[in-house]
Amino acid sequence: MACNSSTCQSNSGCYNREEEPISSKSSDSNQQSLCVKCKVNEPVSGTSDDGRFCRECFRSNLYGKFKLAVTSNAMITPSDNLLVAFSGGSSSRVVLQFVHEMQQRAQKNFDASKDRSLPVFGVGVTFIDESAYHQSVPSCEIDKAIEEIRSMISNLAPPAKQLHVVPIESVFSLDSLDGRERLKTLVDSVSDATGKEDLLLYLRMLVLQKVASENGYNRLVLGLCTSRIACHVITATVKGQGYSLPADIQYVDARWEIPVVLPLRDCLTLELKMLCHLDGLKTLEFSNGACSGINGLVSSFVKLLQEENPSRECTIVRTAGKLTPFHFNRIPELNDSNVPLATRRRQKRFNLKPSESISSESFCPLCFSPLSKSDLLSFSSCQNYDILDAASCSSCRFQIFPKDPSSMEHFLSILPQPLLARAKNCSNGNHSSLRKQIQDCLLSDSEDET
Amino acid sequence: MEESNTKLTKKGGGRLCCICNQRRAALKRPKTLEQICRECFYEVFEEEIHQVIVDNQLFKPGERIAIGASGGKDSTVLACVLAELNRRHNYGLDLFLLSVDEGITGYRDDSLETVKRNEVQYGLPLKIVSYKDLYGWTMDEIVKMIGLKNNCTFCGVFRRQALDRGASLLKVDKVATGHNADDIAETVLLNILRGDIARLSRCTSIVTGEDGPIPRCKPFKYTYEKEIVMYAYFKRLDYFSTECIYSPNAYRGFAREFIKDLERIRPRAILDIIKSGEDFRISTSTKMPEQGTCERCGYISSQKWCKACVLLEGLNRGLPKMGIGRSSRGLNNDPKKDKYMKQGNGTKSIENKQCGSLDF
Repeated sequence: MACNSSTCQSNSGCYNREEEPISSKSSDSNQQSLCVKCKVNEPVSGTSDDGRFCRECFRSNLYGKFKLAVTSNAMITPSDNLLVAFSGGSSSRVVLQFVHEMQQRAQKNFDASKDRSLPVFGVGVTFIDESAYHQSVPSCEIDKAIEEIRSMISNLAPPAKQLHVVPIESVFSLDSLDGRERLKTLVDSVSDATGKEDLLLYLRMLVLQKVASENGYNRLVLGLCTSRIACHVITATVKGQGYSLPADIQYVDARWEIPVVLPLRDCLTLELKMLCHLDGLKTLEFSNGACSGINGLVSSFVKLLQEENPSRECTIVRTAGKLTPFHFNRIPELNDSNVPLATRRRQKRFNLKPSESISSESFCPLCFSPLSKSDLLSFSSCQNYDILDAASCSSCRFQIFPKDPSSMEHFLSILPQPLLARAKNCSNGNHSSLRKQIQDCLLSDSEDET
Repeated sequence: MEESNTKLTKKGGGRLCCICNQRRAALKRPKTLEQICRECFYEVFEEEIHQVIVDNQLFKPGERIAIGASGGKDSTVLACVLAELNRRHNYGLDLFLLSVDEGITGYRDDSLETVKRNEVQYGLPLKIVSYKDLYGWTMDEIVKMIGLKNNCTFCGVFRRQALDRGASLLKVDKVATGHNADDIAETVLLNILRGDIARLSRCTSIVTGEDGPIPRCKPFKYTYEKEIVMYAYFKRLDYFSTECIYSPNAYRGFAREFIKDLERIRPRAILDIIKSGEDFRISTSTKMPEQGTCERCGYISSQKWCKACVLLEGLNRGLPKMGIGRSSRGLNNDPKKDKYMKQGNGTKSIENKQCGSLDF
């Protein structure tokens, strides 16, 4: 019922409200110990509210949330080729599993259909090796983990999935020895602990985009779940990124070359962990050390709130969901004639009606978040950042870019090429348009001399 | 001269103020962590507030302004600074102190004594409005009837209206309140946590209630609580710092702790949260409660009756639980909802700021 609609993210809460009268009416103790949905099987024991579902109902409920997110946002169409970002954690393990199941079903339909007009979408997996950043993790541990992932992927039922293991330093597009050094220099040049963590996040996205684009994928699937998004809402607020925040928390984020989709946006970490436990899905934990600084503080704060009220994370994400998204927060419509007609028709049906959105033309070259007018204005009045030739967001300026102009030049020289290219790209647009607006007040060099 | 000064610095460990470069630094400014001297601190503190007033055109020459005065540190510093800036920059304002007497023995009677001394110290006329006069009930009587649960709901709702009534008695054009940057940052966070999108969209405005009878403004919107305490401490201002006897520690909730933790790692986080709050763009398709007037007393209300009238009706009819909880009418005994209210209690909206003094 209401719980299957995409607007309702507090699933556990909804079941609470709807099911409670029934269970209280039936004071029979036998009835109480049955699954609240099918009322046949015994519920699985768990710490959360979902412990009141039986294993099958719990699973189908979770898969239902995934499927609803996929279909109602046109995330996957038959001719797509998906790249699943796999970290080894429970969220990415579940998203891989669900995508795999969806693909198997599509394959079944394909085999059964006569005309075979709808192809089966492709799936690839990528694992980013971040040992260059987390130097404390021994390399044998990483090698072992990669081996495990390899065997796990190959053990999945066909269609076969390709695995791309890519080191984070490949963002520099050099040979990896030199890359490791450069990554270290770049990270060390950022003094703020939170800035370091965030920089790694931006680099990771660059690498993911690179892998996807070089291997012919057209969607990047992330396992970001409600709990992680709730943390992001608070951290972004604390870092002063209120303007760009809505861009990061939608189902679809197509500001990148390869659109990013978040099909687990409505699932809680607790539920995902539970599913991994129930289905025996193997997850890998790395001893990367907990987040420090602002990010660590926020995640422990949100964890505390969640313990006190199990629907808190949903409330946070729902509140932030009421902020106006950007024009790129939907899958672009297919108008390419190369795409089979059946696929296009299918997408049309599922695609959301265009709702109100903000169109933003300028992006921060570092974190790629859309820039507000005030960001652009503060840039034009600030000389230090002329070197980069592009406006950046106030958060990156504070926590990542060096403060004094002299070290700025060095910092820019060690940034990976794609970032610099993006900065140039951005600047061509907004800098010249800014210049146009103040053209009449600028003195040219020749005028100055005479 | 300068050389000897630097030597002194090394020996004595006292550094020079990084603004004037002449006097010894006496404090680390909470907002920027700059080491500055006392005189420069007063200067930047007052001038920043002046800049906020000018940039946002909070006041016009000749206006009558009431300062919401509880006797606590925020309002005492506000009265002191506004009186000084009015003189220094010729705002041409008629300033008044406006206090609300909730009728809490052992707390408000003492803090009102402080406000009365402030009246003399700053030469600002004082007006006191009391719950007893306005509603026929003192907080002492209300607590006697309903107990210590939900009493802050009554107090908060009544105070908001009492301030407006007092302001109209004084015939002022605006009310200035002592809400500081920490308060506003906290409200932004709480509104996100509680899913209150309507309040989230307006809680960062520096002037509120412009459509209502008397607008309110917050000259301390960007002023850190720590700096207010520092100002009061160094200037030896006369203020009252006892907590309300009916809700000790009520205000120091989890969000407040979180903000203090954030401030410790990154002082500018408070300003960043306010910036985020200002930059949030709320979908126009989001349903917002409509603003109307109370059919009973004519006060602004989104319901048929305003909250104060509902609560008062409950008190007078001997049904004190009326209006407590999420639905505004009738009895509501759902224990879960009560719990929810208690949690958000007092921190519910910035206008409901708890009980006067908020020192740490």
